[in-house]
Amino acid sequence: MAEIASQWSGWLSYGSFFLVFASSFAIIVLGLNLQWGYTGLFNVGVAGFVAVGAYTSAILTTPETADRIGGFGWPVAAGWVAAMAAAGLTGLLIGAVALRLRDDYLAITTFGVAVTIQLVATNAQSLTGGPFGVQFIPKPLQGWLGTGLPWTLGYLALTMALLAVAYVALERLVRSPWGRVLRAIREDEDAAASLGKRAFFFRLQSFVIGSALMGLGGAVYAHFVGYIAPEDFLPILTFQLWAMLIVGGSGNNRGALLGAFVVWGFWTAAGGLLRGWIPQAEQARAAALQVVLIGVLIAVMLVMRPRGLLGEEVSVSRVP
Amino acid sequence: MLQILTDGLVIGSVVSLGAIGLSLTFSILRFSNFGHGELLAWGAYLALTALAMFAAVGGVAAAPMAPFSFGWPLLAAMGVAALLVALGVLALDWLLFKRLRRQGAITLVIASFGAALALRNLLLFVYGGIPQYYSQELQIAIALLPRSVWGGMRITPDQLFVLGLTAVTVVALHLFLKLSTLGRAMRATSLNPQLARVAGIDPERVLRATWVIGGMLAAVAGVFAGLTVQLRPTLGLDLLLPLFAAVILGGIGSVWGAVLGGLIVGLAESAAVSVVGAEYRAAAAFAVLIAILLIRPNGLFGERA
Repeated sequence: MAEIASQWSGWLSYGSFFLVFASSFAIIVLGLNLQWGYTGLFNVGVAGFVAVGAYTSAILTTPETADRIGGFGWPVAAGWVAAMAAAGLTGLLIGAVALRLRDDYLAITTFGVAVTIQLVATNAQSLTGGPFGVQFIPKPLQGWLGTGLPWTLGYLALTMALLAVAYVALERLVRSPWGRVLRAIREDEDAAASLGKRAFFFRLQSFVIGSALMGLGGAVYAHFVGYIAPEDFLPILTFQLWAMLIVGGSGNNRGALLGAFVVWGFWTAAGGLLRGWIPQAEQARAAALQVVLIGVLIAVMLVMRPRGLLGEEVSVSRVP
Repeated sequence: MLQILTDGLVIGSVVSLGAIGLSLTFSILRFSNFGHGELLAWGAYLALTALAMFAAVGGVAAAPMAPFSFGWPLLAAMGVAALLVALGVLALDWLLFKRLRRQGAITLVIASFGAALALRNLLLFVYGGIPQYYSQELQIAIALLPRSVWGGMRITPDQLFVLGLTAVTVVALHLFLKLSTLGRAMRATSLNPQLARVAGIDPERVLRATWVIGGMLAAVAGVFAGLTVQLRPTLGLDLLLPLFAAVILGGIGSVWGAVLGGLIVGLAESAAVSVVGAEYRAAAAFAVLIAILLIRPNGLFGERA
C-alpha cells in the first residue's frame, strides 16, 4: 500500500511540475499571441522580455545579499507587478523605435534586444549575479504550505488562476472594439487609417501589453524554480515559445494555451527518450538533437498545417 | 588608436562579406533570413572537414605558405565549403522556403528562425562544442608602424590576407552585378520584381543565383572568421546581429552599403572592446542598429522604402 501511495505522489509531483512550467509558458504565449496572432508584430526576442520580468522580480524580492546590488526583500506580489511593468517598459522603448518601420525591422530589433539583455545578465555581475545567476528567490506561500508536494500543488493553483485571469482578460480585450481595430490594422493598415485609427498607437499598446505578460510569465517561472541564470533565457526559449504558438494556432487564445501544453509535452518526452537512448557521455549532443527535432517540428507545421492545430478563430463582436 | 582601426577592419571584412549575401537575399527574396549566420558557421566547419580530408588523402599536410599559417589546402577547402554551402542552401530553399513563399515575408522569417536553430544544433551535434582552429601554427604580427606613431599598428599575415581577399571578392562581385546579364537580372528583380518578370526574367533563376552567391560569400566569410578568431558552434549566432546591423546601416540591397556597413560595425566593435571591455562587444552592433533606425532607417545607400 505504502509503495503505491509513494508512486502516486511521485506521479502527482512530476505532473504538477510539468503543469506549472507549461502554464507559465502559456502566460507568455498568450502575450506573444496578442502581439503576433492579433496584431501581426513579429517579436524574435521573447526570451529577452521574459528575462527582464524574471530578473526584475528576483532582484526586488530576494533578501539582501552582500555581493550584489538589490535584494530588497519586497513581497512577491509587488515583485510580479514590477516584473510586468519592467517588461512592459522595455516593450514601450523598443516599440517606439521599431514599430514605425517595416515589419522585419521589429524582428531584427527584438533579436538585438534579446542578445543585449543576455549580455547584461551574463556580465553585470553586481546586479544580476553574472553567470551564477540569482539564487534564493523566495517561493510564495511556502510559510503556509511547507516545501513538499502541497506547495507545488498550491503554486500550480496560483499559476493556473493567473493564467485563467490572463486568458479571460485577453478574450474580452480581443473581442472589444479595440481588438477589432487591431485585426483591421493587421489585415489592411491603409483601410484602418482611413477610418481614423492611428496604427502606430494601437500596435504600441498591443506590443506593451504582450511584453508585460511575457514579464509576468518569467517572474512566475523564476519564483517556482527559485534560481535563475542567463542560460535560462537563450534564443532556444524564444523558439520554444514560438513553436507553442504556431503549433496551437496563432490568432486564437485557446490555440495558444493548447500549443503551450502540447509542445512542452513533446519537448519533455523527446528529451526523456533521447536521454534514455543516447549514452551518458553524449548527453550534450542529445540536447542538441532535441533542439533540431523541435526546429523540424515547426518547419513541418508551417509547411503542412500553417494555421496550427486550432487555426484562427472567426470572431464576431456582439453588442451585449 | 591605430590598432583599433586595424582590428576593426579585420572584423569588418568578415561582417562585410556576410552582410553582402544577407543584403542580396533580403532585397531579392524579400525577407530577413535569420539563418544566414548559420551559413557562415557551416562554411567554416565544412572547410575544416575538407582540410582534414585533404590531409588524410595527401598523406602529410602541405607545409604552410611562407608568411601565412595555412597552405594551399585551406584555399581548396574554402572552395569546397563554398560549393557545399551553396548546394545546401539551394536544398533548404527547395525544402522549406519555396513552399512558404506565397504566405508572405513573416512566415519566411519564422521558418528561417527555425531553420537557423536546427542548423546550429545540427552543427553542435556533428562537431561538438569545443572551439577548433585550422592550424596550430603561431603567427607573429608584423609591425606596420612603430609604437611611437599613435600607439603603433600590428597585423598578422593572415589578417592581411583576409583584408586583401575581401577587397578582391567585393570588386569581383561588383563587376558581376554591373556587367553580366545575370547580375543585371538580379538588380532588376531587386528593384521591381513585376517589371523584371514582364521583361522576361525568370524569377526562380534569379532566386537560385542569389542563394548561390549569398551562400558562397557566407562560406568564405565563415572561413575568414575561423581563420582570424576560432571555429565555434555559436559563430553564426554571434555574427547575426552584426550582419543585420551592417545590412540596415548600408541600406538593404546595396553591395557597397553592406561593405561600408560591415566595416563601420567592425570598427564599432573593436572600439567597444577597448572602451567598455570585450564582454559588451556584441552590444556595439546593437547600438549601431538602434542609432541607424532612429536617424536614417533606410540606411546610408538605401532606396526610399
